[in-house]
Amino acid sequence: MEREALQARISAINAAVTFEEGGEMLNAFVEPAECRDLLQTLHNMDDLAFDYMFCLTCVDWKTHLTMVYHLESTKHRHIVVIKSKLDRENPEIDTMSDIWRTAELLEREVYELFGVRFINHPDLRKLLLSDEWEGWPLRKDYEDPINMIKL
Amino acid sequence: MDVNNKNPNQEPFPGDVHPTASGGIVVTKLDDVINWARSNSLWPLVFGTSCCAIEMMSAASAKYDWSRFGFEVARATPRQADVIIIAGTIVNKMAPVLKRLYDQMPDPKYVIAMGACATSGGPFFYNTYSVVKGADHIIPVDVYVAGCPPRPEALMHALISLQAKIKAGGRPEKMVIEHFYDKATK
Repeated sequence: MEREALQARISAINAAVTFEEGGEMLNAFVEPAECRDLLQTLHNMDDLAFDYMFCLTCVDWKTHLTMVYHLESTKHRHIVVIKSKLDRENPEIDTMSDIWRTAELLEREVYELFGVRFINHPDLRKLLLSDEWEGWPLRKDYEDPINMIKL
Repeated sequence: MDVNNKNPNQEPFPGDVHPTASGGIVVTKLDDVINWARSNSLWPLVFGTSCCAIEMMSAASAKYDWSRFGFEVARATPRQADVIIIAGTIVNKMAPVLKRLYDQMPDPKYVIAMGACATSGGPFFYNTYSVVKGADHIIPVDVYVAGCPPRPEALMHALISLQAKIKAGGRPEKMVIEHFYDKATK
């Protein structure tokens, strides 16, 4: 599906979705409460068939966090980027791990580095850091006076 | 290597031939012979933590071929290795592993810090929670190599410098004179 057609199709699913101009891929913003429904639809519809999540990450913008989902269809070979702004003080979003199994580990990584809580995640533990680790190391305001030399 | 080899580009055998009627006697110091033998058969440990390891593999491959200088017997176990090339970033989680590998190597053992990360933390010096700011915080380093990553030529130069250091009995001041000054003036 071409970019314009994809944009129109996503707007038809959820009219509240906004789109970002420019960029290599189609960027769509959705509210965190509606994010899971949208992604479930993108995965299930035959003409969309986004069966492959090739990246799940998070960005700290200091004012808010943004969840970023990169999706691709191995059937139609189209790509879309879904973004969702989260409250920095209380970041919560539904898990996608039951839609794409790969999200299970990726969400654990985002949890340990950014502190985003994934609702209904089957096993939300830290992935690489030790269990007693305090703080979210990839947040911009993270402080570690022992290991970190501030520029 | 011929005992009477006077080629200035090759390290001579550390000793002299004392001529006798029946052919001659080699006069030398045992320490020098041991160091000479050691330096020409350094077995590196297979150890690489990031992109420097790719350059290290290139140095071992056909184009650069570090076996010309006696490094070809790369060992997958520290118990059989003489030299560990720290090829890549050392993170806090890796630090105890590196220490343990070094402790498992038999004496005498040598360490090369390859590239910016192993030397100082390099690009991860500022604002990182996870990177050790230089492998010499964990184990002693004999030779540092600059670069990010260093080219295979730079690693070869580090290995040859390490050989010169071993031949000089581990004394870096003598090594600097013999290896760099003498060769430049000859």
